[in-house]
Amino acid sequence: MNWVVDNLGLILELTAIHLQQSAIAIVLGFVLSLPLGWVAWRYQLVKGPVIVLTGLLYTIPSLALLILLPSIAGYPARSPANLIIGLTIYAIAILVRAVSDGLDSVDPAIRQSATAMGYGGFRRFWTVDFPLAGPVVLAGLRVAAVSTISLATVGILVGVNNLGYLFTNGLQRRILAEVFSGVVAVVVIALVIDLLLLLLGRALMPWTRAAKVPAAARQTATVRAAA
Amino acid sequence: MNVFTEALAWLFSPDRWVGPYALPVLFGQHMYFTLVSVVIAAVIAVPLGWLIGHTGKGREVAVAVAGAARAIPSFGLMVLLVLLLGVLRIPEAAIITFVLLAIPSLLAGAYTGLEAIDRRILDSARAMGMTEWQVFWKVEVPLGLPLLVGGIRAALLQVIATVTIAAYINLGGLGQPIIQGIPLRKFDQVLGGAILVAVLALIVDLLLAIVQHAVVSAGVRSAPQKRRSRSALKAAAPATA
Amino acid sequence: MIEFRNVTKRFPDGTLAVDDFSLVLPSRKTTVFVGSSGCGKTTLLRMINRMVEPTSGEVEIDGESVLGGDPVALRRRIGYVMQNSGLMPHFTVLDNVATVLRLTGVKKAEAHKRARTLLDTVGLDQSLAERYPSQLSGGQQQRVGVARGLAADPNILLMDEPFGAVDPIVRADLQQETLRLQRELDKTVVFVTHDIDEAFLLGDQVVILDKGARVVQVGSPSEIIENPADDFVAAFIGADRGRRALHLKQTPRGTVVVDSEGRTQGAIVDVPDSVTDALLSEESATKGAP
Repeated sequence: MNWVVDNLGLILELTAIHLQQSAIAIVLGFVLSLPLGWVAWRYQLVKGPVIVLTGLLYTIPSLALLILLPSIAGYPARSPANLIIGLTIYAIAILVRAVSDGLDSVDPAIRQSATAMGYGGFRRFWTVDFPLAGPVVLAGLRVAAVSTISLATVGILVGVNNLGYLFTNGLQRRILAEVFSGVVAVVVIALVIDLLLLLLGRALMPWTRAAKVPAAARQTATVRAAA
Repeated sequence: MNVFTEALAWLFSPDRWVGPYALPVLFGQHMYFTLVSVVIAAVIAVPLGWLIGHTGKGREVAVAVAGAARAIPSFGLMVLLVLLLGVLRIPEAAIITFVLLAIPSLLAGAYTGLEAIDRRILDSARAMGMTEWQVFWKVEVPLGLPLLVGGIRAALLQVIATVTIAAYINLGGLGQPIIQGIPLRKFDQVLGGAILVAVLALIVDLLLAIVQHAVVSAGVRSAPQKRRSRSALKAAAPATA
Repeated sequence: MIEFRNVTKRFPDGTLAVDDFSLVLPSRKTTVFVGSSGCGKTTLLRMINRMVEPTSGEVEIDGESVLGGDPVALRRRIGYVMQNSGLMPHFTVLDNVATVLRLTGVKKAEAHKRARTLLDTVGLDQSLAERYPSQLSGGQQQRVGVARGLAADPNILLMDEPFGAVDPIVRADLQQETLRLQRELDKTVVFVTHDIDEAFLLGDQVVILDKGARVVQVGSPSEIIENPADDFVAAFIGADRGRRALHLKQTPRGTVVVDSEGRTQGAIVDVPDSVTDALLSEESATKGAP
């Protein structure tokens, strides 16, 4: 592990770059998915096309997307912006679904009763939709975040510098420690971000602290309860 | 769209059909690695996932493993294994990477498929006098098939994407024109390769979507749409590499 | 004959569902377990086909413990109809009805033939045979459930609140069907319900249960209505109201029977004068109904 010690500065620098690229993509993806997901959920006609379109973009292999996007849009492939846009698109694909599913999971009866009680639209969103859809959206956000951080390494193949550099450079120079440190660095940041999001979720949504009962367990309980 | 016409010209040029880098050859390599890896991963993950789904035990471990696996960069893992196993074993290193990559989706597809089944149906099946094996094969597997196919679909796409990248370690496949073309600045080749890979992925996705729809039992298909566990579908679709 | 001897069931989470229950369920008769939710009636039922095993005590069918032998074979010999029918959503109606037959090795063609006969038995149209449960109404699904339970011609039929999930009109219809089937077929039926009227309608022997499957009263419907064992039973069967608290009222046309709300339920027909006189003198001695 001498290599690691000698090159700690490089690793940290690349980590910072990697984190920055990922963070922008995740935040951007999240911010864009909220309205998109809401629209898709609210307007049935829009839902199909949105889900299909994001699904299609998600299906395209990352390397191909990072080549196709700049070719269509005209900006250089090796710019960080290219990677960030690509990562954002993948994040949106995951999150739009999560937002839409989250809103779906709110029992319409609850929403209606809130309206009947006199809650206006905005207030109702915060008292009904957000608390109930929140956990689903958060789960999607965690998946999106971890995937983004892991996926960002592909950027090196189109010339965008980040932790992926440790893989290509390590392969060329046959330095196992370099590649290994790259893998470890990515995994560590991903898991740390995942944990932070989990804690953030608990802080914002204290009611989720109780363990979620999976649907299967709930139904076993129903069968048992018939006494 | 000058750059696209050039790419298409490259794609449809007769040169693409001759030589060691002919498209059919690359396509064959790509599909070979994809299918071999997904099959191996399925043999490992699907029975395991079914066991988890049927018994209800081990689920938390499976979810945690899938979550952790998502954090591992497949490109990095691939390079790591190549260095560990040596340049003579590149195909093996690659396949191991692809198998590890495919396992979480297949596992999730298997167990969420079983979990989504109404427990009362299983209770009724046992009360009729089905043995556990019969409950499993006659009821759980058929009803769990759609989500399993969803998991297969996700796994296939992830592996196809990673095989593309594996051209970097000289594995061949449809990523080869892209990886080779970038340093040589042959942008028609690079874009042509990207288009091809994208089209392949979309076709595979479409085919699997059709299979997934076909595999829904007739009786279930005609039912009024109940709110199926969508989080289950989510779990079966982690990101492509 | 089914016999429970000192049966107790304590679930792993500590609930005492059944506490020292003993009863003989006579062959070829319908025994109804009735009580509020949580009294243990379904647990008792499910001990007969070993879906639940007693913590202690014996459950015997014709003298043999249900715990000896293969549970799967036992269940194939006993018909089971549950609420929400529990039909296989991916089997056609015919395949559903034929389930147990196929499990016991009957060839497909023959199983289907028998299944079609059963559709007639339960009053379902043959055109429904190739449909799927999701394409049927609730009442139709329940009938398929009953057909499935009867398919292997079991001696014992277990019915767990089978009509709970359908609307009252369909329920009344299904109850009548059940009565008809009871008359035609000679089976030991064990029926669970929380509806006392249903219990009285269908039961030869009615068992009123309280928490822990404590037997509050056992008897035929007539016995229970004539002699409620205690206040709990009286309250449960509604002895002081509605159709059970009847009064006589004299009208110009004759004597009529009036319920607690004052609605006329029917007329007295064909009663010896001595009885009528005795009843009328009793009637005038108590406060008259409005």
